[in-house]
Amino acid sequence: MLLTGKAWKFGDNISTDLIAPGRLFHLRSNLPELAKHVLEDADPEFAKKVQVGDFVVGGNNFGLGSSREHAPTIIKLAGVSAVLAKSFARIFYRNAINVGLPVLICDTDKIKNGDELEVDLEKGTVVNKITGDVLKFAPLPKAMIRILNDGGLLAHIQKYGDFKID
Amino acid sequence: MGMTLAEKIISQHAGKNVKAGEIALVNVDVCLTQDGTGPLAIRQLQKIDLEKAANPKSTVLFIDHAAPSPRSELSNDHITIRKFAEKTGACLSDVGEGVCHQIIAESYLKPGDILIGADSHTCTGGALCAFSTGMGSTDVAIGIALGKTWLRVPETFKIEVSGEFKKGVYAKDLILHLIGKIGADGATYKALEFCGETIENMNMSSRLTLANMAVEAGAKAGLIASDKTTKKFLKEYGREKDFKAIKADNDAEYEKVIKIDASKLVPIVSFPHTVDNTKTVDQAKGIEVDQIFIGTCTNGRLEDLEIFANIVKGKRKHSKTRLIVVPASKRVFLDALDKGIIKTLVDFGAAVLAPGCGPCVGVHEGILGDGEICLSTMNRNFKGRMGNPKGFIYLASPATCAVASVLGEIADPRRFVNKANSKSKKTK
Repeated sequence: MLLTGKAWKFGDNISTDLIAPGRLFHLRSNLPELAKHVLEDADPEFAKKVQVGDFVVGGNNFGLGSSREHAPTIIKLAGVSAVLAKSFARIFYRNAINVGLPVLICDTDKIKNGDELEVDLEKGTVVNKITGDVLKFAPLPKAMIRILNDGGLLAHIQKYGDFKID
Repeated sequence: MGMTLAEKIISQHAGKNVKAGEIALVNVDVCLTQDGTGPLAIRQLQKIDLEKAANPKSTVLFIDHAAPSPRSELSNDHITIRKFAEKTGACLSDVGEGVCHQIIAESYLKPGDILIGADSHTCTGGALCAFSTGMGSTDVAIGIALGKTWLRVPETFKIEVSGEFKKGVYAKDLILHLIGKIGADGATYKALEFCGETIENMNMSSRLTLANMAVEAGAKAGLIASDKTTKKFLKEYGREKDFKAIKADNDAEYEKVIKIDASKLVPIVSFPHTVDNTKTVDQAKGIEVDQIFIGTCTNGRLEDLEIFANIVKGKRKHSKTRLIVVPASKRVFLDALDKGIIKTLVDFGAAVLAPGCGPCVGVHEGILGDGEICLSTMNRNFKGRMGNPKGFIYLASPATCAVASVLGEIADPRRFVNKANSKSKKTK
């Protein structure tokens, strides 16, 4: 699958508190409303300006902190097609796959804010249309590819009635 | 080749021997959700018509993050949780009972168990030698309904601690030191195994503090062997029969061994806005503090309140610093009442709130104003954590917080700590 969009660059250690702040705890059962505030405390303009298909690009340890699955869910609801980072915090990584949001580990130092990117999920490549750089990303573990291809964990369980990951 | 604690426990639940790096399907003994993650978990199960609990007696739905509820939207979330508990027979821990991780340790978790929880600090349970890890709502929802999950068996970092803490230095300083040393992503996907004479001599309260913060280094679990201290803790809570001794094999394979001499540690303070932004208390000296918060799954236990009370007893709280105290559980609250600790704290000038997460999550009970500084015993100081991205959170031990509440600014607690306090850290 080929994904194209604009890069929204963030730094290291983007916590789930920055993605889905605790002060908006009361919106957790109203995800479309919560999505209007996604990443607000990291970049107040992001939620207003992000376009369907765009990419969130982080540095090290993206998604650290709270286990709130609302964080990857509202990134996806905002129209983001994938999150790219040098590394991800464990719970966020697993949650993102569970909600069907691709998370790709690659050298994001070579991506600048606003760059046009083309991501090929099968080939494992990110093409930077501005600089011409081609970045490789590590393939997901097999279990996660299965869950992602089924459309997330809920769809996976609905399909098989159980885990079918080996 | 021998096994680490993580390999041992996961193997027992997978029905076969598994090593680090392998994927295992495992039975889950205990599942937890809280009011920030439970409603989503419940809605996920409703979506696929799987609204059931495979093991209702060890499925615990907590209402602790916004308890009592400060808003109607959250009151409605609480209704969703209560209805699910009623429908499935799952256990409900409602307003006033306390923080999920404390109650799970007091009443549900056994050595050798696998616990999955929709809360990142679920790793606290590793202090009882249960493989305990945080996951998202959907993972835990499926765990609740099917009684199983999948895990990648983590590689383990052995954290070997020797020597005795100096007066005024605690388990909190040890774990902040470690996180500062290896970084907020220094142990991503790994298990930490705490061992060595210092850990063997450490009481359960301090062990829970260590395991609790494993996730702040990115770890999947923070484990400690089950021993006589574990047995004593379970006995205190009427659960001696749940005890089982477990230790790692001598020839277990570790990805890394980190040795720490506890006698060389000093009080540590984490500066905003990441936990690994640690400095010695000397470097934090003189920082004026608007709010102090004692509590949470990290340091809201009887021992923590006692250390605090022993330092502030007979003194006056600084007029420019407000103090919020939240016991981690109803049992902690009752024990602190019995020992006169609550009276000491209220006399001193504390606002003592109902057991729960208090202001830690930024929902209520102590949201910071613009530019305000909070010194806290909690585990996380991210921007916006306490409800305002314009606030600043510093993390430290209960003793460091106690001294700051008297002086109105951060100072070295070592010269204020009496001998009674340092004794309370040893195994009874």
